[in-house]
Amino acid sequence: MQDPLAFIIATAQIAAAIALLNGLLTTIGQGNIAAKAIESLARQPEARGPITNTMFIGLAMAETSGIYGLLLAIILLFANPLISFYLQQVAK
Amino acid sequence: MDFTIKNLWVFKIGGVEVWITETIVNTWIIMLVLTIFALVVRMNLRKFRPVPSGFQNVVEAIIEAFDGFVQSSAGEKLMFLGNWYFMAFFFILTSNLSGLVGLRPPTSDWTVTFAFALVTFVLIQVVGVKFRKGAYVKSFFEPHPVFFPLNLIGELARPISLSFRLFGNILGGMILISLIYTLAPIYVRFAIPVALHAFFDVIAGVLQTYIFCVLSLSFIGAMAATDS
Repeated sequence: MQDPLAFIIATAQIAAAIALLNGLLTTIGQGNIAAKAIESLARQPEARGPITNTMFIGLAMAETSGIYGLLLAIILLFANPLISFYLQQVAK
Repeated sequence: MDFTIKNLWVFKIGGVEVWITETIVNTWIIMLVLTIFALVVRMNLRKFRPVPSGFQNVVEAIIEAFDGFVQSSAGEKLMFLGNWYFMAFFFILTSNLSGLVGLRPPTSDWTVTFAFALVTFVLIQVVGVKFRKGAYVKSFFEPHPVFFPLNLIGELARPISLSFRLFGNILGGMILISLIYTLAPIYVRFAIPVALHAFFDVIAGVLQTYIFCVLSLSFIGAMAATDS
């Protein structure tokens, strides 16, 4: 560890990449929702309105965890609290 | 590359610093556009005929579609919510689409989306108390009083998740588009950003606006539904 600041930045980047990995599972869940909606549409084409509505609400619900991961990654990359903490410690 | 919100100018009122940020200025621009549109509609209101045609037809179709939307997602008893959510819908829609003209969308600032989600939260509580009274308070202690902290956290998580959904989508799209603008060479800047704008600003923007309104309305509608 020659340069602690570089170490902090590098670990933050790796952590951001790991946080974005939850997109995998989110996408699988959303795919399941869309597949089930299409199945029920094929069974009951006359219920198109309610099925589409419910599908969008379900998609939005399933998306939440993906969005949390994205926000975590954005905070780690652009507004990292550890960097300012480290700079404060160095300045002392 | 700097994605933080720029602070345009600061002035002091009685020792308190007031920050005029990019978000506030962009909100004013959007308010101006919407107000001018409203005034145009108001001025044409005198010329409106019982049998609609042209511009009047468009305005009436929008209002009727939104009334039907409120009725289907919140219910007949909560039609008064239509006024507020009509405003919220068009404000959020214009904000999301404002990325197309180069503004930083106000909805990519968490304070804006959280303000809208907070109003929804208050409306949920007010409607819950008004329509279900004691049963609403009792619903926090079900199925057993031990679950009270869990129910409370679940209730408080609603405005957070509602606001983060809209905020994260718009901010993610904005960051991706500005990364492409910064990194891509000049001759690529005409082709790829068009597709990205079409997806992140238009499709995701309209979809997230719709989802925000439909989720808020169905949360409130579920509170007003008396099962017994």
